[in-house]
Amino acid sequence: MKLDFSGLESSAPLYGGNNGLLCDGFSDAPSFDLPVTSDFDGFQKNSIQMVKPAKGTTTLAFIFKEGVMVAADSRASMGGYISSQSVKKIIEINPYMLGTMAGGAADCQFWHRNLGIKCRLHELANKRRISVTGASKLLANILYSYRGMGLSVGTMIAGWDEKGPGLYYVDSEGGRLKGTKFSVGSGSPYAYGVLDSGYKYDMTIDEAAELARRAIYHATFRDGASGGVASVYHVGPTGWTKLSGDDVGELHYSYYPVEPAIVEQEMTEAIVA
Amino acid sequence: MTKEHANWSPYDNNGGTCVAIAGADYCVIAADTRMSTGYSILTRDYSKICKLADKSFMASSGFQADVKALQKVLSSRHLIYQHQHNKQMSCPAMAQLLSNTLYYKRFFPYYAFNVLGGLDSEGKGCVFTYDAVGSYERVGYSAQGSGATLITPFLDNQLKSPSPLLLPAKDAVTPLSEAEAVDLVKTCFSSATERDIYTGDSVEIIILNANGVRRETEQLRRD
Repeated sequence: MKLDFSGLESSAPLYGGNNGLLCDGFSDAPSFDLPVTSDFDGFQKNSIQMVKPAKGTTTLAFIFKEGVMVAADSRASMGGYISSQSVKKIIEINPYMLGTMAGGAADCQFWHRNLGIKCRLHELANKRRISVTGASKLLANILYSYRGMGLSVGTMIAGWDEKGPGLYYVDSEGGRLKGTKFSVGSGSPYAYGVLDSGYKYDMTIDEAAELARRAIYHATFRDGASGGVASVYHVGPTGWTKLSGDDVGELHYSYYPVEPAIVEQEMTEAIVA
Repeated sequence: MTKEHANWSPYDNNGGTCVAIAGADYCVIAADTRMSTGYSILTRDYSKICKLADKSFMASSGFQADVKALQKVLSSRHLIYQHQHNKQMSCPAMAQLLSNTLYYKRFFPYYAFNVLGGLDSEGKGCVFTYDAVGSYERVGYSAQGSGATLITPFLDNQLKSPSPLLLPAKDAVTPLSEAEAVDLVKTCFSSATERDIYTGDSVEIIILNANGVRRETEQLRRD
C-alpha cells in the first residue's frame, strides 16, 4: 500500500518561481521572489531592521460554557514609536472563525486571509464547513513550510464547529497547541494573571466578556507596547459577534474613578510684611 | 571565521514625507517633492503621488526606484482589471491589491512606505496606510516617510479621529471642511520642513471629491 505523503511536502518553492499574481493557483502556497544572496539570514535581518514590522501586543482567548471569548488590544509599535493605536488584531476569517494577530502584522493579515480562502474552498469541495482542527492544521502546515525564513506569527484560531467550541494556538516556529486558555504577546503575563484568577468554566457571556476586557485593560496598563482599544468578541454556535470596543484610557477611569478630594481648609497666601 | 558582509545594498532611502486626510466627501493626498540621497538633493521637483484609478491615489516615500516599480505593477494590474470587468477598481479593492503586491515581495521587500487615498463607493473619503510588507488598515488620516514622526502627533491633536474599533461605531473621517483640511496639510508640511532635512522644496497636494480632481502646489523652504 503506497502511503500519500503529499501533505508533508514543503509547498514553498526554494528559488524564484512564477509571480503568482496572474495565475489562479489558490490551492498552492503563493510563490515568493527571493533575493539572490549567499547570506539569506543576514539579508533578512537587515531588511527586518529596515522594515521594522510592528510587534508588541496583548491578545487572549479562552473557552467557557457558552463558547469562546476572544480579546485583543490595538497598539502597533515600531521600536519605541507607536505607529498605530487602531490596528485590527482580531481577524475575521469567516463568519464562525476568528484569528488573533501577534508578531508581524503583514504576516498575520496575509496568512489569515489565505486561510479564509482555503476554508472557503474546503466548504465548496466538501459541502460542509471546515473544523477548527482542520483550519488550524492548514495554517500550521503553511507556517512550518516557511520555518526559518523570518515570518513572525503568533496566532490563536478560535471557532465553533460540529464538536463545539475550538481553540488552537499556532505560531511561525511551526508549533500548534490545542487548549482552553491562551494569551499571546508582550502583555500576556499580565493578562494571564487576571485571566487565571477570575476564570470559571460556568460563566455567563457577560461575565466572560468582562473578564476578557479586564485582562486586556490590565495588560495595557502595565505593558508599554500594548494599548489603544480593547476589543472583545464572542464565538457561539451561530458564529462570532463583536461584544465591545472600549478605549483603555476611558476603561481606566471607569474601573478606578477619581474621587474629588475633600478640601479641609483652604490655605490663603501669607502676607509678607 | 567571520562571514563576509556585502558592501553593496540594493536599497537606498530617497527621503520625503507623504500625508493623506479623509473627509466626509473629499480626500486630500499630499507629498513633498524633494528627492535626496544621503546629504545630497537629487532634485527639488519629483512627484511621489501616482494616480492608480479615478478614485485612488497613492503617495509613497522611501526608495523611489522600488516606488516606481510598485506604481508600474499596480497600474498594469488595474488596466487588466478594467479589461476584465469593464469598470474602474474601487479604492478598498485597490487597497487590498496593494497589500498583496507588497506581501508577494515579503522576502525581498519594496522599500516603499505608502499611503493610499481616495473615495469609496459611497463617496466618502478613505485613507489606507501601509507598512513596507503590506499590512494595512483604513484610517481617517495618516503620514508616512521621514517627517511622519513630526506630523502624526500634530494630526492626532488637530483631527482626533475616533478609532474605527470602538463599539458603538464612530465615523473615522474628520468633520473638517475641504478648505480647512488643505490648509492643515500645508501647515503640516511647513512645520515638518523646519525640523526634517529630507522634507522641503515644495508640496504637491491632490484634492479628490465628487466633482473630480484638483491639484495644488505650495512652495516650502529649499534649505
